[in-house]
Amino acid sequence: MPAPAMSPGARPRRSRVRVSRVLAVVVAGLLGGAAEASAHVSGSAAAAPGLIYLIVVGATIVLSLIAGAYFIGQTLTEKPWLPVPGKVVHLHDGRASSLPSATLGLRVFLAVVAVVFSLLVAAYAERMAFPDWRPLPEPWLLWPNTAVLILSSIALQWARVSARRGQDEGAKLGLLAGGVFAFAFLAGQLLAWQQLRATGYFAAANPANSFFYLITALHGLHLLGGLVAWGLTTAKLWRGVEVFRVQASVELCAVYWHFLLVVWVVLFGLLLIT
Amino acid sequence: MAHAAHAETAYVPPAEVPDVELYHPKTFLGKYIWCQDAKVIAIQYAITATAIGLVALVLSWLMRLQLGFPESFSFIDESSYYQFITMHGMIMVIYLLTALFLGGFGNYLIPLMVGARDMVFPYVNMLSYWVYLAAVLVLVASFFAPGGPTGAGWTLYPPQAILQGTPGSGWGIILMLASLALFIIGFTMGGLNYVVTVLQARTRGMTLLRMPLTVWGIFVATILALLAFPALFVGSVMMMLDRLLGTSFFMPAIVEMGERLQYNGGSPLLFQHLFWFFGHPEVYIVALPAFGIVSDLISTHARRNIFGYRMMVWAIVAIGGLSFIVWAHHMYVSGMNPYFGFFFATTTLIIAVPTALKVYNWVLTLWRGNIHLTLPMLFSLAFIITFVNGGITGLFLGNVVVDVPLSDTMFVVAHFHMVMGVAPILVIFGAIYHWYPLITGRMLNEAMGRFHFWVTFLGAYAIYLPMHYLGFLGVPRRYYEMGETMFVPESAHFLNAGMSVVALIVGFAQMVFLFNLAWSAFKGREAGRNPWRATTLEWQTHESPPGHGNWGPALPVVYRWAYAYGVPGAAQDFVPQNLPPDRVATAADVDHEGVRGVAVQPAE
Repeated sequence: MPAPAMSPGARPRRSRVRVSRVLAVVVAGLLGGAAEASAHVSGSAAAAPGLIYLIVVGATIVLSLIAGAYFIGQTLTEKPWLPVPGKVVHLHDGRASSLPSATLGLRVFLAVVAVVFSLLVAAYAERMAFPDWRPLPEPWLLWPNTAVLILSSIALQWARVSARRGQDEGAKLGLLAGGVFAFAFLAGQLLAWQQLRATGYFAAANPANSFFYLITALHGLHLLGGLVAWGLTTAKLWRGVEVFRVQASVELCAVYWHFLLVVWVVLFGLLLIT
Repeated sequence: MAHAAHAETAYVPPAEVPDVELYHPKTFLGKYIWCQDAKVIAIQYAITATAIGLVALVLSWLMRLQLGFPESFSFIDESSYYQFITMHGMIMVIYLLTALFLGGFGNYLIPLMVGARDMVFPYVNMLSYWVYLAAVLVLVASFFAPGGPTGAGWTLYPPQAILQGTPGSGWGIILMLASLALFIIGFTMGGLNYVVTVLQARTRGMTLLRMPLTVWGIFVATILALLAFPALFVGSVMMMLDRLLGTSFFMPAIVEMGERLQYNGGSPLLFQHLFWFFGHPEVYIVALPAFGIVSDLISTHARRNIFGYRMMVWAIVAIGGLSFIVWAHHMYVSGMNPYFGFFFATTTLIIAVPTALKVYNWVLTLWRGNIHLTLPMLFSLAFIITFVNGGITGLFLGNVVVDVPLSDTMFVVAHFHMVMGVAPILVIFGAIYHWYPLITGRMLNEAMGRFHFWVTFLGAYAIYLPMHYLGFLGVPRRYYEMGETMFVPESAHFLNAGMSVVALIVGFAQMVFLFNLAWSAFKGREAGRNPWRATTLEWQTHESPPGHGNWGPALPVVYRWAYAYGVPGAAQDFVPQNLPPDRVATAADVDHEGVRGVAVQPAE
């Protein structure tokens, strides 16, 4: 009876601790360096907050890359050049995660979108530091819009749960309601633009206005892209495709919707506090 | 994830893949044009990138003609010179190098090297190419637009990029920004594929640390690109709005031709930060695949396992991570706070550590190896030398005090051409000589290849070594012509003329190379299976060149890492990754039983 293949977690216990400690020191050093730099320059350079934020975004990417590489499943401490111990062929099924590929693909895509919006926030923070920044009054319509987007997310969650349970009706209703609410949100955003334009806050009038239009437009475009996927899924369900066949798509839609809701809440919060 | 234990000699069933998952082309168009097979998409990417790269090559000749022989050519004026610079840089960095490494080599090699039938999202992969093609066409359209392409310099710094004094500030810059946005969208589609395929579609036994370094390089470079391109995207969109809607993201209050523009209070520095937040990782987006590929070329052609494989993987990941916090070393002269300069200089010098590790490991792989001076090996050796050259001048420039006087001189041009122009291109050539037999089934012509190598390699040095010297003299970059100056001696002009002549000769050698590519596809020597006797999976396919679906009826099973060269006791000097342990013929087998040849038969 050959010895069982060692699980990746069990083997290099000690070296893993050591590596993570080294990582922690490196990270602390980098962040400390950035913080020190910011302490020195605070007040002296107008561009500092945005730059620091950008450094933070960069450092986050560094961290997630290193951490991601390290914890990606099979540890990176394997020694592929050694003969496998105990006369065992170490046969891995070749997947780094048990997620379906489409789900993983969506998550990678969401990471990219998150970087896009982080950079916008960084740019916003940098621009805000200039003296001529005149914040615009948020149209009241943004509050009901936010509520509608939350409802949309809830409806899709409902569809997701129903699809998991194989409930045809619930999935259909949830999807439909989610889509309708999403369209309502987009219409509401357009109305909010209308409100602003009516009161003279044009896109080119002030950087704060430009950022507002840009941020809302980019968020809206992402939602619109989601609605294409939503349309395809809903159409399939309506054509009588069985619910378990579209369950994966419903899941993806719901995750995407929740993500865009979080992005919107962050962006809206940013607009509110400034 | 699942791990299964099997006795070493036991038969291991290959993973079963349902046939319905594969895309099957039905028509000619479906097979060669609207194709979802990653191999065909790779060729499409490669041809498109080469075609647009040829345009950039011609532009560089025109620039060199102007620099070497000023006031001799009536068809080059100040405006067109700036347009040549801009388009040459942009095309070479993004539309050629990025597209060829990731779209070309990534698409061809990732599925084959990890033992997958195709990318995980073939349809999205196809879209990726067509969006890339659209981006290239939009870029090409700017050459024919009124006012010509933009002449803002490849960094497109505002405010000058969208002001009227800059050539191509009408249609040129708009098309440029639109093309970039399209490229990024297309790349994101492809990039999702490369990442998820590496993570999810590896065959049985292919652990992450059994992957060839080529895949590691492309994988990490793709992650970098996915996270870095958004910065360029955001920057492009915002500049487009500045240009079209009159917003002031990047445009300060400014007077143009005596007239005050409506712009007010934008921050040009913000664009520089966004641009270089993308721009520096971009250097590694190009370099990491080159690092990975050259590791495999060196190992295969020196018949020796790569030295420090795990260290190489960690170095790739570390370089990838660090590349996100060094970008402002491109902006030392932008009036940055000295403390920030200090921070970025420190990170810049730290990144030299993993990079130097890789260079040492390549050299140590060669040490006492059985070096075959094949064309891929020649190009790999040339790469190591060139990369060390360019890397060391990078250490000069990474220090603020050295950078400030050298900034905006020809020294910088020479540095980045060595490190991210010539060096990666040498790897691309080596890789093409290495994998051309796999793709076409025929070898490239050796004589033409050697001519191409020596002219390119020596020519590159004849161009760029003197350019470093010009930089030290203080010859500024981006200048249309030098004119009479106090500090530039007459001899510098002779040097410039000489460099231009060499540039034309090197360019001619590339024509020979392209001819070789076309000629050998029909007339080349038959390559046979696995002509380089390599261990990696792409050479062990069911049919050669690999057919649709790559693997015939069953996926391969991987039993070892990709560098089993010169294994002690084995009869052959290489053991393919998918050869079951019980079928590896030992030296003893050969001596006593005469079963030579068994070892190279892959498992059916």
